[in-house]
This record gives sequence, structure tokens and C-alpha cells, in this order.
Amino acid sequence: MMDAIGQPLERADAHLKVTGAARYAAEWDLPGLAYGAVVVSGIARGTVRAIDAKAARRTPGVLAVLTHENAPRLRPLPDKLGKVLLRGEGGMTEARQPLQDAEVYYAGQPLAVVVADTHERARHAATLVGVTYDEQPPELAMTTARRQARPATFLGSPEEKLQVSIGDPAAALAAAPVRLERVYESAVTHHNPIEPLATIAHWEQRDGADFLTLYDTTRFLTGVQQIAAGAFSLPKENVHVICPFVGGAFGSKGWLFAPPLLAALAARMVGRPVKIEWRRQDMFTVAGHRSATRQTLALGATPDGQLTALQHDTQSHASLVSGFAEPCANLSRMLYQVPNLGFTHQVAHLNLPSPSTMRGPGETVGGWALECALDELATELKLDPVALRLKNYAEHNPETGKPWSSKHLRDCYARGQALIGWEKRNPVPRAMREGRYLVGYGMATTMYPAGRNAATARATISADGQALVESATHEIGNGARTIFRQISADGLGLPVARVRFELGDSALPPAPNTGGSVTTATVGPAVLAACRNALRALRQLAVRDAQSPLFGAAEEAIEARAGRLQLRAAPAQGEDYGAILRRARLPAVSAEGSAKPGPEKKQYSFYSFGAVFAQVRVDEATGVIRVARLCGVYDVGRVMNPPTARSQLLGGMTMGLGATLMEETSYDPRTGHPVVRNLADYHVPSLADTPEMSIEFLDNPDPHIGELGARGIGEIGCVGTPAAITNAVFHATGQRLRELPLTPDKLLRAATRA
Amino acid sequence: MHPFQYQRATSTAQAVAAVAPEPGATFIAGGTSHLDLMKEDVHRPSRLVDISLLPLKQITALAGGLRLGAGVSNTAAAAHPEIQRRYPVVSEALLTGASTQIRNAATLGGNPLQRTRCPYFRDPAQPCNKRAPGSGCAALGGINRGHALFGASDACVAIHPSDLAVALAALDAVVQTTGPRGPRAIPFPELHRLPGATPQVDTTLAHGELITAIDLPAFAGRSHYLKVRDRASYAFALVSCAVALEMDGEHVRRARLALGGVAHKPWRLPAAEALLVGEKPSEKLFRAAADAAFADARPLEHNAYKIPLGRNLLVQALLETSGLQALAGPAGTAFAASVGGLAGTFPAPY
Amino acid sequence: MMNPANQTQFIDQGLASDPTNRLPVTLTINGQAYPLQLESRVALLDALRENLHLTGTKKGCDHGQCGGCTVHIDGQSALACLTLAVMSEGKAITTIEGLAQGETLHPLQAAFIRHDALQCGYCTPGQLMAASAWLSGQPPRTAAEIQEAMSGNLCRCAAYPNILAAILEAQGA
Ligand SMILES: Cc1cc2nc3c(=O)[nH]c(=O)nc-3n(C[C@H](O)[C@H](O)[C@H](O)COP(=O)(O)OP(=O)(O)OC[C@H]3O[C@@H](n4cnc5c(N)ncnc54)[C@H](O)[C@@H]3O)c2cc1C
Ligand code: FES
Ligand code: FES
Repeated sequence: MMDAIGQPLERADAHLKVTGAARYAAEWDLPGLAYGAVVVSGIARGTVRAIDAKAARRTPGVLAVLTHENAPRLRPLPDKLGKVLLRGEGGMTEARQPLQDAEVYYAGQPLAVVVADTHERARHAATLVGVTYDEQPPELAMTTARRQARPATFLGSPEEKLQVSIGDPAAALAAAPVRLERVYESAVTHHNPIEPLATIAHWEQRDGADFLTLYDTTRFLTGVQQIAAGAFSLPKENVHVICPFVGGAFGSKGWLFAPPLLAALAARMVGRPVKIEWRRQDMFTVAGHRSATRQTLALGATPDGQLTALQHDTQSHASLVSGFAEPCANLSRMLYQVPNLGFTHQVAHLNLPSPSTMRGPGETVGGWALECALDELATELKLDPVALRLKNYAEHNPETGKPWSSKHLRDCYARGQALIGWEKRNPVPRAMREGRYLVGYGMATTMYPAGRNAATARATISADGQALVESATHEIGNGARTIFRQISADGLGLPVARVRFELGDSALPPAPNTGGSVTTATVGPAVLAACRNALRALRQLAVRDAQSPLFGAAEEAIEARAGRLQLRAAPAQGEDYGAILRRARLPAVSAEGSAKPGPEKKQYSFYSFGAVFAQVRVDEATGVIRVARLCGVYDVGRVMNPPTARSQLLGGMTMGLGATLMEETSYDPRTGHPVVRNLADYHVPSLADTPEMSIEFLDNPDPHIGELGARGIGEIGCVGTPAAITNAVFHATGQRLRELPLTPDKLLRAATRA
Repeated sequence: MHPFQYQRATSTAQAVAAVAPEPGATFIAGGTSHLDLMKEDVHRPSRLVDISLLPLKQITALAGGLRLGAGVSNTAAAAHPEIQRRYPVVSEALLTGASTQIRNAATLGGNPLQRTRCPYFRDPAQPCNKRAPGSGCAALGGINRGHALFGASDACVAIHPSDLAVALAALDAVVQTTGPRGPRAIPFPELHRLPGATPQVDTTLAHGELITAIDLPAFAGRSHYLKVRDRASYAFALVSCAVALEMDGEHVRRARLALGGVAHKPWRLPAAEALLVGEKPSEKLFRAAADAAFADARPLEHNAYKIPLGRNLLVQALLETSGLQALAGPAGTAFAASVGGLAGTFPAPY
Repeated sequence: MMNPANQTQFIDQGLASDPTNRLPVTLTINGQAYPLQLESRVALLDALRENLHLTGTKKGCDHGQCGGCTVHIDGQSALACLTLAVMSEGKAITTIEGLAQGETLHPLQAAFIRHDALQCGYCTPGQLMAASAWLSGQPPRTAAEIQEAMSGNLCRCAAYPNILAAILEAQGA
């Protein structure tokens, strides 16, 4: 039954959010709450010689100052969490526990926590802590750094190889009639969710054992639970992580374990609950970022545009205590039919903060480079950019040879062309004007891999005819509370109004982290399974109950509709859920369900696809670029809820726009200090930067990804948009800008050179 | 934030008397610059004297011009019909600055006294002669994309971030103050100083000297502001430009030009101004003026783009002020002053 | 030290020796008076969130750079992070908790729900307070005017087109 799925329903938590009643991590009111303020390092490399906390400790209200010298000891991070490699080359996160040693790896690294009875006193006392160092010259230049690595895989996944050569790309490039080699560079960007990181940690004794509750800004409840349990040598059950609302994540807030651990250390030390709210300034050092990249793209082609070779080499950077590689070849490896395909990834280890996933990790900037190179090739060959892509359309996955589970990319191109008015454009660069502005059109392909993981859920049907479905997944603005409620309603045969879906609590049936655009495909089937199991329990009650109209019926003959169990063949014969429970004197039935991917991944290649078209206008005299229109057409499988799905795309495309035009974090080239460390200098798009946006979904359910037919939508909007805009700027100006972001200085410099 | 004494002033004299004798005492008006920097641990006043309740919120007529009380909010000033009509450059500069909320709190006295946005100044972990005299200028050899082209020193290459100040410099506004030594009037172009060897001192005001009003002298010409920034709104200027043009028939009688985002103070352009006088407006003339304006620009490693940008912006501002080209939006609005306009509403539906 | 005898109104009288001492500050929020004891350095935002547990007003940057902390002070939108609590005494403060009339949502709140003008919801109270400050009793604004007037409220989820649509609808209502 799909009554609620696919309907444009209002967000389940919208009322809480518009009234200010939604409670985010920093907003829990615990008796005796104390406040932690973090002291961060003022150098990028060296060793702490001494921390002078005397003045801070003398400040009224200060309860403790934690440093590596007095903080409780933590067990080291494990190498892996589930299948994900945490530490080492190609690993996910910063492989370092906070306040355990005196080493300084980057500026802004946490060195001490001052705990006081008020926020103001803690923050002030933190400014009084003096740190002296044995300082060493930091390593800060990506291309010349001494420590370079070539990780074999991304996060240890055998399917995500980072060094690949298929056929003979070098020979094919050398032999290609048309050859193009370009270098593309992108800046460090930060997620900057509007809610900064925050944790409240609370230790209690329960039955004589230590029990830790963490209210944390996380999209990985069970990850924080496992890591905290491991660090403090507690059974997993003795750590409770709560987060019903995440104020935006975008790739951050997932694998960040030091912030909750710092709060837990502080709370342990002072014997009171402690809250640490990170400052916006700290978000530029402790919250992860997308590394800068330098990518070399080489294409070989025939004169009529058939690709013969593609080589994509990426240089990115990680910290000295992280091995994260920005996997930039994710599109290059699968988007076009190329017989000779190679890619490499090199990671420089620098005295800069540890990077992390950021919306469309690899895809956003790697796809930008690939799709700009395609545009350059189209120009060189005097081909229409869409025609060039169609010419090289991949009918199956070129790397693995597997068929696509479902792919309607041709339709995306065609519809996108119609939406933007592609045929009306004059293809000659610099040929279109409106007043003093140059106008340009550009396009790019987008894709995002569609994965699926294992998850569990619980469904409870009550005698009053209401239902509650629960899973330890996360609401990060993705609409989880809304779409899982819809899926639950259909799974239970109930109207949406009688179903509640709860999440955000590690005590609920476990679900994986919310990331990689896999949440619908992962948690959705578990929700359906739990609903089915609950209904089965109800059916069994009915058929065994002599007073039930369904007494003795075969279970397969019974269907659940609109809150009733009834005979499929004779719907009038049946009764509502509440009646069954009330007669059985049960307040409710409850059942768990779980789901995991089957063998389909071995058979098919799962990707969402799309095409993005942009119209820009450029004031060449000042270098100012505005995106007037963005049109995206997406092939993402079945859409659960059109408005929330559209919202995710709006957000992704706008974030892509930001990365293209204005987002950049710079670090001082001598000291490694972040020079951009606030939201006045780090420009995220505002309402005034918002283009007219048209977003369409093809809505072709994926026949192989599971019964919901839904692939992910969280990240695909961020991918493609940068290249579409950059290519439109070329069309407008005739300038190829190969360095993100495209701020006015870049265009002015290019114009001055020309 | 360091603790401080807080007191409310009920008269200008009391306000001055409360600040003048205590080296660490300061005024606070809207608080949008001062509190920001106190939270950054850059400002550590020992005493805040709250002047927000003082009766400095009037806009009154004055010998052909206007007297703007120092406590008038940016919002109120920008919307004032006489300012809109006679000094659109002021409204335009105000409305391209900050956000609605900040403009509601910000005052005309506080705005020109906001500190530089140089990121090194704002970060106590990094050297900065303006914040910590003698610690060095990190911007000089660091990231200096936003820094000064004119009038900088080895000690400091910061710029002044106020939009309003650029407009006031072009109008030759007069700052009325009262201080420990009594009242005085300061020509606006003399309010701010160049960094020299003492970049910690932004202005020529004495400690405890209170701005009571800003006078706009009589002006019968056309005025206009243009601002270029990294984001379509809610961003400081990369470069901005204020023009006040008075004509004699077809010829320029008097031109006053000021640039923002290029120096430690609003940067007047006397050479360019002189070139325009007596001439008939034309793009050629304006180009010549722009070349003259930037003849002595001294770029740093990352800010050379401000030279072509500033030149082109000055030409554009002159073309629009002189009427050779249309404004991008109604005079006196942000739409007239924001180069590039809003992203998604083209052509703009005013 | 200056002489407190001249008529300057000292509200910290007698506390000069220890500036971290708390002062009596009465805040009027959503029509209700809240007598508090606060240090002079407490920002209105922290007074709301930490002292009064009115956590609907959000802290996104603490430096005036995001708009998340927008409240009304005497009917105008203002940033609670760049306002001292002591300087808000005697003023009428409205927070998101005071926007709806009992169970009846403000037309903007209803329009935000209808247009899905929110995702994570963290910027949402600030958006609503910024827009509601000029919505009542003003002539309707054009889309362009709203884009410009609301640029100080960042939404990283970028619900922007929906926010614009919701405001346009609510001001027409
Ligand atoms: C995110 C952000 C973006 C911004 N963007 C812009 C922008 O684009 N353009 C722009 O121009 N500005 C911008 N601003 C700055 C803002 O406009 C100023 O902070 C504001 O105008 C300062 O006015 P205030 O009344 O709040 O000053 P306060 O913060 O109260 O005071 C500033 C300084 O002036 C002193 N002072 C105040 N009034 C007087 C007086 N009457 N006499 C003597 N001294 C006095 C104070 O002691 C203090 O040192 C931005 C600010 C923020 C936070
Ligand atoms: S928290 Fe006040 S503007 Fe960001
Ligand atoms: S809804 Fe998430 S920041 Fe606006």
C-alpha cells in the first residue's frame, strides 16, 4: 500500500520548529549544569611545554581546568567502527583522543577546558589560561609537503579504490587525436551548519555503575555511543546518546568524537553535568572541512567526440592525525564510457585541521573538475556540451561492467534543456548580453551513488488505535521524521495522523549514521519490516480470538487497511486494531523489524543521476557573477515526499552555488592559523544570492534497491551545480576559470591577463 | 568577555565625565561593533557607559543642510525622506551595510567608529599592531586580499570597513563632538587617520570625546554609492565608491569622490576630483579620472585586483551619478548601490 | 576613578569593587516581567537561553553574522547576541515563544509550514522574528525587497525560495 508515501505532507516536526519548541543539543536544562569553555592552541606544530591555569582557577565560579596533565585517561580510538576505517591512510576521522598528550598538530586544536558555573565566567577564564610551547615550523603547503600518501581505498571499502588504472590511459592519451589536460583547484570549504557543535555530558551512578548521558549534536548516535563506551571502558548500554534535532550537518557532526568526549571528561572531573558549546570560530578547526584540492584532468578523444582516455589525478590534504582522502574520481570512474580510465589520489599531511566528509565528498569538487573538462573538450571540438555527453553515455558501469539498477539520464538532459531554454542560447561565448551584463548558460551532469545499509526499527500499535514507530536514526533537516512517518503509516495501514515516528535516541532500535544519502533506503525497509511484524502479531491475536470476526481465518487472507484488519475477499468482515487489543486486554502490540541489503549490489550498479543547467550574468568590469537561474532534473528513484525532497535539492544546489562563487577558508601560509573564522568572512549564500530555481524529479522507482524504490537525494544537488555555473561563466565571458571559488578577484585577474 | 562596570548616562556631559578619567572606559551605543569585539577578546573595556538613552536621536534642519544626531539608527537615517531626497549616497551606503537587524541597532555615531574587519586584528592568537602594538602586522605578509592599496604603513595595512563613512567623506560632513575640553567640529575627512607607526589609534578623537551629531552641509547636486562584495548582500565591501557631483549646466562645477575598502580611512581622490572640474561628463573623462585616482596605489600580494576593480567602479559610479547611465535601482535604495544586484530577480521587479 | 556623585545614573552602585557581581535586571519578555540577577556582561541571548530557558532564540555565531538570534526589541528586529541584557531593561522584548497567539500560529508560522520553508529548523525562529517585525501594518514588500531585507538571516539548509514564498503569502494574508 502506498497511500501516504509520495504524498506532499507537511513536515512532522514543523510545528515544533516554527514555535521554537524543538530542542537542540545545547538546550537541555539539567540541574547543576556547569559550562565548559575550550582553550585552543595558538601554534600549528609543536609540543605544549606548560599550561598556566592559575589565573583561570582563581576566577570566581571556576570549578576546574582540564589539561592533558590532569584529564582522566581515555582508551584509544579503535581502528574501525563497523566496516569503516577510522584511522590511518584513507581513514575517516581524527585518530586522536582529546587531552591525552602534549602534541600540537594544528592551530585551534583543543588544549584545555575551563569549567565554571556560568557561561560568561567559563569563557572569560579561558582567555586567562597561558600556554607555552616548544614550537616547530609547520608544514602547510599541499604540493610540497614531505609526508604524502596514496591510500588504497576510501574508508577501507574494497569497492572504493582510490588508485585505479583500466586499459592503458597513458598510451591512449598519447595516441589520442584530440588531447586536453587541465589543472583545477578548489579551496577549503566548511559545512558551517547554523547550529554549532555542542554537547551536554552527564555522569550518574546507576546500580553502582557509571552511566553517561550525552546530549550531542550528532548524526551518528550509535557511533558516539560506541566510541564513548570504548574510551571510558564502559559497556555500551551504559552510554546514552540523545539528539532529537540536529541543526544542520552537511557531512559534519558525524564522525566527530573529540567534542563529546571533551564534555564527558569535564563532567567527570567536576561531578556535575557540563555543557560545551563550541564557538563559530572553532567550527573552522574542530568540525571538519572539505580539503582543498588540486586535480589534473586529462582527456583523450576522437575528433567527433568519442572519449578514448580519461586520467584524473587528485591531490588533497589531511592533518597529521587523519588520513582522509577527498575521493575526487567518483564521477570520472563511472559517468562516461571510456575504454582507458585511470585515477589516483594523493594526500599531503599538513599542520592543518583534520578534514571530513562534506556534502558530496569527492563528487562535488571532483565532479566539478570532470564536468568542466568535458565542457572544455566540447568547446575544442565545437560540439554542443549535451551532445558530447550523450555521445559518451555509459550504458553500464564502465569500471565494474555491471548494469545500472535504473538510469534515465537522457531524460534528465532533455528536460533540463527545455527548462532552461538551452536551444535559445547563442552557443558562441560572449555573444549574449542584457544591459551591462554578459549572460551565459552552462550545464553539467550530476550523480550520487545509491547505497543501503542495515537498520532496525520498532512499531507499536496501541489499543487507542494510535501507533508509534521508532528507530535510532536522525533528523538533520532531511525530513526523516516526516518520511518515516509516511512509510510507517503505509506499513501499518493507518492514516498518517494516527502515527508518530520517533528518532534521535541511542536507546531506540539501532540505525546507522545518517550520511551518504542512504537513510531512506536503509531505515525505510526496517520500518516496513517492523510494521509488518507488528501487524502479524495483531493478526495472530485476531485469528485466535473466538470473538473476532476474523477468528480462524488464514493469515494470508487478511489485509490491513485504514486501521482495520479485514478479509481481503470480504472487507466488511473485520475489525479495527483497537478492538482486537482491548478484547485481549493488551495496551499495545509491539514488534521490531530489521532490514539489510541483499545480493542486489553484486548484480547492479546503483546511482542517482541528474542534469543541472545554470544561467549566469556577469559584470565584467567588477568581476561580479550572479547565478540568475538554476534548473535541475533528477532521477533518484521514488520520491517519498515531494516538498521535503525538493527542499533537499534546493539546499544541495545552493550549497554547490556557494562553493562555486563565494565559499573559502584560508589559513595563514606561515602559521597555519585560520584567517577565515567567522560567518562574515566565510560567505554562505544568502536569500539575496538565491537564483530562480526549477527542480524536477523523474520519479521512476528503482526496481532493485528494495521495495520502496528510493535512492538518496541528500547530496546530489550539491554535485553538478559547480560545473554548470563555471561553464556558464565561460559561456558568458570566454574565460575559463579553474580555481574555486569564482570571486571577483579571479575574474578580474583573468580579464587582465586576456 | 572580561567583566566591566556598566552605567547609563543621562546627559552628554555625564557621559563624557564618566569616560574621560578612566583609560579603560568606553561609550557603547548600539553595541554591534563593540560587543562583537569584546566577545572576541579584542576589546577589554573596564567600564561601559551606555549612551543609547541620550537624546541624540533627532534629525534637524541646519543652514541648508541637515544635522543628524549621533544616536539616530542606521535604519532611521536611511529611511529619512530628506536624506533620501537630498543625500541618496547616505541612504545607499547605509542600506548596503550589514543587515536589517544590525542597522536597527547601529548608530550614526558608532558606525564610523567601528574597527577594521582585518581577520588578524580579530584573532587574539595572531600578531597585530592595531590590537597589540609592537606584535607585528600579520596581514602584510599573510592573506591580504581585503587590505589597503593606499596610505598603509609597515605597521598596518588594514582598511576601514564602514560604508557610511565613505559617503560622509564625499559630502564633507562635519562631526560635532563634545569632550573633556569642550565641544568642537571635525571635518569628516579628518576624523580618521592613517596608521603610520601607531595603527592602534583609528581616529583623531580624544579619549572620552563623544560624537553628538554629524552635519551634512548644504548640497544641491547628485550623489550616489556603489559597492562590490563577495556576496549579493550582508557583506563588507571589497571596494566601494561614493560620488557627490555638482554641475554648472553641462559642466562639472565640483566633484567629490571617495573610495571604501582601499585604505585605513575613507579615501578621497583629490587628483581625480580636480580633473573633472570644468569638464563635460563623458566616459573618456571618467576613465582619465580613474587612472589618476589609482596612480599611487600600492598593492600587496593578494589585493592588486582592487586596482582594476576600483577604477572600473569609479567610472561606473560617475556614469550613473552624472546620468550618462541609469541607476541599477531607485535612488536611495540598496538596489541602486549593490553592484550585480540580487541573484534571482533579473530584471528586478521593483 | 570618577566620582559617582555627579548625577550619572549608576545601576551598579555599590558593586564597584567586584565587577563580576550580579546586578538586578528586569527583562520584559513576551509581556511578562522577569526579575534576574545578572552580570553586566551577560548578552540578552544568553540571558534568554541560559537563565530563562527560552531556547527558541538560537545561537548560531554569537557575533551578529547569522541572524539566528533575532528577537524584537520595542517592535524592531534585533540581534540578541549583540545586545547586553542590562541594556534591554525597560524595553519590550518578543521572542519566538511569544509569536503565536496561544494555540493560533502567527500567519507567518503557518505559511512557513505550508511552504516547507525550513529544514533543520535551527535558523527558523530567527527568520520568523526578522520577517514578522515588519509584516504587520506595513505595505507589502516586493520579492526583491524581501530578499534584501532578509539577507541577514542565513539558512545553511537554504530553504530560501520557500522562505520567500512563505513571506510573500503571509504578507498578502
Ligand atoms: C555581521 C556584521 C556585518 C556588518 N556589515 C557592515 C557593512 O557592510 N557596512 C558597514 O558599514 N558596517 C557593517 N557592520 C558594522 C555595523 O554597521 C557597526 O557595528 C555599527 O554601525 C556600529 O554602530 P553601534 O552604534 O552599534 O556602535 P557601538 O558598537 O556601540 O560602538 C562602536 C564604537 O564607537 C564608539 N562610539 C559609539 N558611539 C559613539 C559616540 N556617539 N561618540 C563616540 N564614540 C562612540 C564606541 O565606544 C565603540 O568604540 C557590520 C557589523 C556586523 C556585526
Ligand atoms: S547568533 Fe546572533 S547573529 Fe548569529
Ligand atoms: S533550516 Fe537549517 S539553517 Fe535554515
